[in-house]
Amino acid sequence: MGNSSSMLTQYDIEEVQQHCNNAFSQQEIVSLYKRFCQLDRNGGGFVSAEEFLSVPEFAVNPLSQRVLRMVDGLNFKEFVAFLSAFGPRATLQQKIEFIFKVYDSDGNGKVTFNDMLDVLHDLTGQFISEKQRKQVLTQVLEEAGYTKESLLVLSDFVKILGSSGLKMEVEVPVD
Amino acid sequence: MSSSEAKLKPSSSELDLDRPNIEDYLPSGASIHEPHGKLRLRDLLDISPILTEAAGAIVDDSFTRCFKSNPPEPWNWNVYLFPLWCSGVVFRYLILFPVRALVLTIGWIIFLSFFIPVHFLLKGNDSLRKKWERVLVELICSFFVASWTGVVKYHGPRPSMRPKQVFVANHTSMIDFIILEQMTAFAVIMQKHPGWVGLLQSTILESVGCIWFNRSEAKDREIVAKKLREHSQGADNNPLLIFPEGTCVNNQYSVMFKKGAFELGCTVCPVAIKYNKIFVDAFWNSRKQSFTVHLLQLMTSWAVVCDVWYLEPQNLRPGETAIEFAERVRDIISVRAGLKKVPWDGYLKYSRPSPKHRERKQQSFAESVLRRLEEK
Repeated sequence: MGNSSSMLTQYDIEEVQQHCNNAFSQQEIVSLYKRFCQLDRNGGGFVSAEEFLSVPEFAVNPLSQRVLRMVDGLNFKEFVAFLSAFGPRATLQQKIEFIFKVYDSDGNGKVTFNDMLDVLHDLTGQFISEKQRKQVLTQVLEEAGYTKESLLVLSDFVKILGSSGLKMEVEVPVD
Repeated sequence: MSSSEAKLKPSSSELDLDRPNIEDYLPSGASIHEPHGKLRLRDLLDISPILTEAAGAIVDDSFTRCFKSNPPEPWNWNVYLFPLWCSGVVFRYLILFPVRALVLTIGWIIFLSFFIPVHFLLKGNDSLRKKWERVLVELICSFFVASWTGVVKYHGPRPSMRPKQVFVANHTSMIDFIILEQMTAFAVIMQKHPGWVGLLQSTILESVGCIWFNRSEAKDREIVAKKLREHSQGADNNPLLIFPEGTCVNNQYSVMFKKGAFELGCTVCPVAIKYNKIFVDAFWNSRKQSFTVHLLQLMTSWAVVCDVWYLEPQNLRPGETAIEFAERVRDIISVRAGLKKVPWDGYLKYSRPSPKHRERKQQSFAESVLRRLEEK
């Protein structure tokens, strides 16, 4: 597995299932493999950034570059693990961890004011000025009991986002 | 074949501002924001809807589905059927294929032995020459169709030669053109191909009237639009056949129609083509195979079965834009041929989407943030 053969053995499927903590059923893993092979046009065993961006629905997403950083060059096992936060059995904790990772671009476990500002910039583009963005972010941070200098960790995110249900699920088409 | 290795690059000239709204077609998950209520930190940090859209696009997207080849189901699975299938393969490759190749060769000989003299000797008498050339092109196309044992059922009234009308059809393979051409010698607008196809294009197709375009040239669009207009206004030009999708789609979906054919001030006659996958999938996946290989695949299958419907001619309605007109005709064709519509431009095969789509999302989110900031 990981090479360009397009047949998955039962052993491969179980290995992937274990790696993603049973986030997907075996049938879903087979479908995801078909999709992975479809995206991996040059058969290199991983999907490159170019190949992801050739999906127009992905390319128009404001957070495509951030997601790309996380998913570029993964082999199939890691690809399924990446998607496990969007699986039907993903816990709230897993989803919040995923969101945290999107913000924490340098991976040091702390989200700074600038990290949040960067994501806000991706989401709003040129339609809010940099100054306004800083203003808005500072205001809502202070109202939530943080400051501009606060470094948010995962437990902060859990506290902020955990109160209401997070809808973050993707359906894997199974034919 | 020609542009499969073209690098993806942003193309602002292709995708106009005034396109139908993609958001109307795309699955709408939870909206990016709650429409009202005071803005909180939670609302800014909760990027789950956008991430869900991104992951959804990774897992499945309507654009890639349009270009997926769907070969017919294999049926050679047991002791009785497998030998049957094997003998079928032998028959197709060793008997059918040589016979077909022979038929095609004979057809070419007949065609060339009439076409070359007619083309050169009747140089003075244009209208007679054109008439003969039309008949001969229809003839060679019939030979082509015979070489795949094409079983084509035409429905609807045969196209008549009238000025100020163009024909539009959905596009699955270059054989669409041949199948339609055997009935009526259309003039066609095509991407110039390299190799033997290009040679045919520049010699024989010139005689029925053809317009070339070059996908990779930005300025090309205006030049082509002008040529289209000139051709459609001419009284004794062959009727124009246009494939507004601009690329081959797998005959289960239809991508957006380019508006060029719909702003010529002509009547638009829709033609729907549906292939029956029972023996072979006629979709030409230009990323996967060259046209020659595609033809060989057709010539070694049992038959190419398809239906062609000539549908009711449509005119631009008062107050309708060219884009709305194009969408309306696309709807007519898609319904008739059983195709699902997707909101993507076929040229996204070769280039990235315009940044306008992302900007629209960013704008709506930005506006909601600013609005909710004001609320108490």
